[in-house]
Amino acid sequence: MYFESLDALLNMAGHGPYVWSCYGLFVALLGINIWHARSQNLKALKQAKALVRRNQ
Amino acid sequence: MIKFMLAIVRRDILLVARQPAEMINPLVFFVLVVALFPLGVSPEASLLSEVAAGVIWVAAMLATLLSLELLFKLDHDDGSLEQLLLAPYPSWTLVLAKVFVHWLVSGLPLILISPLIATMLFLPTHAVPALMLSLLLGTPTLSLLGAIGAALVTGVRGGGMLLTLLILPLYVPVIIFGSSSVAAAAQGMAVDGYIALLAAMFVFALMITPWAAGSALKL
Amino acid sequence: MTQSIWRMPRWFHQMGSPKWFYDFGGILQPWFAVVAFVLLTWGVVWGLAYAPADYQQGNSFRIMYVHVPAAILSQSIFLGMAVAGAIGLIWKMKLAFMVARSCIAIGATFTIIALLTGAIWGKPTWGAYWVWDARLTSTLVLLFLYAGVMALNQAISERQVAGKATAILAIVGTINIPIIKYSVEWWNTLHQSSSFTLTSKPSMPADMYLPLLLTVLGSYCLFALVVLMRTRTQILQTQSGTSWLAQHRDITGA
Repeated sequence: MYFESLDALLNMAGHGPYVWSCYGLFVALLGINIWHARSQNLKALKQAKALVRRNQ
Repeated sequence: MIKFMLAIVRRDILLVARQPAEMINPLVFFVLVVALFPLGVSPEASLLSEVAAGVIWVAAMLATLLSLELLFKLDHDDGSLEQLLLAPYPSWTLVLAKVFVHWLVSGLPLILISPLIATMLFLPTHAVPALMLSLLLGTPTLSLLGAIGAALVTGVRGGGMLLTLLILPLYVPVIIFGSSSVAAAAQGMAVDGYIALLAAMFVFALMITPWAAGSALKL
Repeated sequence: MTQSIWRMPRWFHQMGSPKWFYDFGGILQPWFAVVAFVLLTWGVVWGLAYAPADYQQGNSFRIMYVHVPAAILSQSIFLGMAVAGAIGLIWKMKLAFMVARSCIAIGATFTIIALLTGAIWGKPTWGAYWVWDARLTSTLVLLFLYAGVMALNQAISERQVAGKATAILAIVGTINIPIIKYSVEWWNTLHQSSSFTLTSKPSMPADMYLPLLLTVLGSYCLFALVVLMRTRTQILQTQSGTSWLAQHRDITGA
């Protein structure tokens, strides 16, 4: 590892807040996208199933 | 085909002539927006002359944008747009004719009144020819690009706001080169480079608009 | 009979079939998920903890490993959306419009990430969150373009019409992107607001650029995953009355 300790990794010589907030944003925003896409997919599946059942 | 375009041009001019307010509104809007700047910022000549180029261009852009909403909307609402699209001519002829009238009604008056506005904002007199020339090349580009947006939002409810959202990003290069040319002229620098770029953008808009707006109208 | 050069080859025709896309996409989807997760985790851990610090910017350059992929993706997704839209317009392929529609939200997300991380990176580098730097400014304009596409897509209720209108706007926007970039860059040099850009390293050691390669590839896989998921969702929504879907094992549960 480049850093000597976990504290140094978190702090990054003062740049820690900037770096970590960027990675946090990256993970959070993309996570929301995947979560939303997945929940829409499950919803559509449920509706399609309901439609088929009704038609039977 | 030329006859068809001329007929549309004549019809649209007649329609505007019957309601001259439509022609005067963008002009009044333009003057009003410009007049608000000294009130909002400062009436100081040195400051105003520095921002004059940008203010005039932004105001011209907004005035064009506001009048664009009705470009196809009135014809769409009374059903005549559908009839015109059924005519045995490509839809781009209709687009070009309508854009031409739009520029004649909203762009040309802005150019004619721009020397007056320039004086109000203390733009140096030697920059006025560059201002008029840049507007002469820039406003048709604004009308052309705007027609794409107007065609896309025809028949969509609340299209005015949407039109602004679609078209403003496309106006970025025009406003950059338009206001830069005026600023350069005010500083006594050569403007032919900017004017060439504005002309290139006009030609470019002339190439994409007929296709884009024409196919958008047929949706 | 006229044989058009625009005739589709068989595989292309097949790709336009919702059933084929639904099944094939279903097979690919978990793979993209796994590969995206592995590449991104690997790249992020390497970039955060193992890559050496930059001699000029210190540790803040580590933001590059999320900022650069986001910036690259924001542009390629817009281009991809326009290409999908053009395919839809030329070959009248409904599926292509669905793909284009699936690109909007994820593309806008990457653009927002690129803007925010760029602004945060600017603070330790330039001393201000926002600088009218050429790249940040043209990314902002790109975000406006995405906003327009999204608004237009949602304003038109009929899917087919919305798809075509969005495609036209995406194509016009894509043609304009280079012009906007050029004009903004030119405007920026005129005003000289910042003397050095965030990412312009003539030569980076492998330890610095390999993590970047990983996160860029991982982001592409993640984009593919999201587009597959969203497009398959749209297939479910629009094809729910068809017999192939009614007999599909995803629906029957067999």
